[in-house]
Amino acid sequence: MSKVWRYGDHVDTDVIIPARYLNIADFEELAEHAMEDIDLNFAPNVQKGDIIVAGRNFGCGSSREHAPMVLKVKGVQCIIADSFARIFYRNAINIGLPALEIGKEVEKIEAGDELEVNLTKGEIKIVNKGLVINTKPLPEFVQKIADCGGLINYIKGEK
Amino acid sequence: MGMTMTEKILAKHSGRDSVSAGDLLVSQLDLILANDITGPPAIDEFEKIGRSVFDKDRIALVPDHFSPCKDIKSAEMCKRLRDFAREHEITNYFEVGRMGIEHALLPDAGLIAPGEVIIGADSHTCTYGALNALATGVGQSDVGAAMASGTTWFKVPSAIKVELKGKLPKYVKGKDIILTLIGMIGVDGARYQSLEFCGEGISELEMSDRFTICNMAIEAGAKNGIFPVDEKTLAFLKGRVTREFAAVTADADAVYDSEITIELDKLVPVVAYPHLPENVHPVSESTGIVIDQAVIGSCTNGRLEDLAQAAEVLKGKKVHPHVRCIIIPATQEIYQQAMKLGYIDTFIDAGVAVSTPTCGPCLGGYMGILAHGERAVSTTNRNFRGRMGHVDSEVYLASPYVAAASAVMGRIASPEEVIK
Repeated sequence: MSKVWRYGDHVDTDVIIPARYLNIADFEELAEHAMEDIDLNFAPNVQKGDIIVAGRNFGCGSSREHAPMVLKVKGVQCIIADSFARIFYRNAINIGLPALEIGKEVEKIEAGDELEVNLTKGEIKIVNKGLVINTKPLPEFVQKIADCGGLINYIKGEK
Repeated sequence: MGMTMTEKILAKHSGRDSVSAGDLLVSQLDLILANDITGPPAIDEFEKIGRSVFDKDRIALVPDHFSPCKDIKSAEMCKRLRDFAREHEITNYFEVGRMGIEHALLPDAGLIAPGEVIIGADSHTCTYGALNALATGVGQSDVGAAMASGTTWFKVPSAIKVELKGKLPKYVKGKDIILTLIGMIGVDGARYQSLEFCGEGISELEMSDRFTICNMAIEAGAKNGIFPVDEKTLAFLKGRVTREFAAVTADADAVYDSEITIELDKLVPVVAYPHLPENVHPVSESTGIVIDQAVIGSCTNGRLEDLAQAAEVLKGKKVHPHVRCIIIPATQEIYQQAMKLGYIDTFIDAGVAVSTPTCGPCLGGYMGILAHGERAVSTTNRNFRGRMGHVDSEVYLASPYVAAASAVMGRIASPEEVIK
């Protein structure tokens, strides 16, 4: 069972990981500042397997891959949002962090809910409410990158 | 079925006769960019692949964000970039003293031509659409992979047609056009899409205006923004780009998701309030907002024409006693031209701090960080929480005309209040 960290619309990359820390090359150290400008409780308390649930345009702004990376390093299992900004979405796929775009269905998920996510079936179960949200499977091309554990492994597999 | 400018470029670069929105394809790349923040992790990813660079002439590395290095950690990152450039004999590595802000520097250096495809590990890579190129920001894994393969995957974006009509009023610039557009459609109004500009109003725009507009396409969520080529584009390219290029035009029957018309005559100088670029208000309704700092520069508005606007306002004036005004020419060439034209004297006489090219304050790096509760008017591109410093500081986005006028008045001001 996964804990939900619930955020609103337009969560930008500058609050996911503020640029003032981008001189830190070590992702473990950098991840201590994840979400700090929007939620000081996140970095100290997030547990492996937790899920971020947000509104529209999650990850807008900078192309910094540090943004999905610090969330992955912190153990976030996947991100579920109404919609994602395109570079963040691409980066999340490339580093093997699942990002599920589910539109207005996201409004059914609230802070404190307990989720079970089955990525293969594209199924999000809100356990405490007895609700199930079905999502579209990833496009085949994207699934291949995900199956390889990210873009770099995918490229390594090419001749 | 007809194609948009973006579709034509992607078709050509993927060896297809035609493409349409939603197609997934692998595109050849003409140029790949990284900077001092995204370059080192891109290099880490590249090295995991274990191949050599695909073409040492088609990679551009620009230490511009925290450079000249602001601290030891930044120095280590710049060193990583520099060492890699030397090891792989990267032609287009730009060292401090010769570097500039990447998105002003690369077009000026002739590295961008119409019809080309460019990816950069920087979201404002979309700037180059002003030159009829398909340019978009990606992450460092994409850049690391592309440095080895010379290719990347794209989903062909659907498009929004933006038609510009009429003539620009005095003191209304490219920044006002793009902020007005973002105000209309919102920060996700063009998410995953291309913004395809057209219309007779384009002839009104200087190249600097077009760079500013495409630069902020990402602030509407767009994959790219793109302009057709005209005499002004060709004049810009002359003497910079010597290789052959193939400009693209949109087919008359190209397919668009939606169409927007902007009547230039009706535009006014605007400012985007914190903490989203879509919070757009006329300057005339914002003149009660007191400021602590004004920043003029960045990949959005650090070009010679931008500095000319600032100089026009600041000539013979003084920066307000309660305001720090920081002006950052985007490249060494722009800096030198500004000096020859007397702009730098004008700035220093007015009490402005003039800096060597750097992204510096735009992303809260250095060279003008805001304290708790402070407020800046800035010609940069983002006003997210904490973007220029303390999480409880504020950034208002505006044109160089408005930022310079605000610096003099100590509050948000229209250039007409200062230029009599």
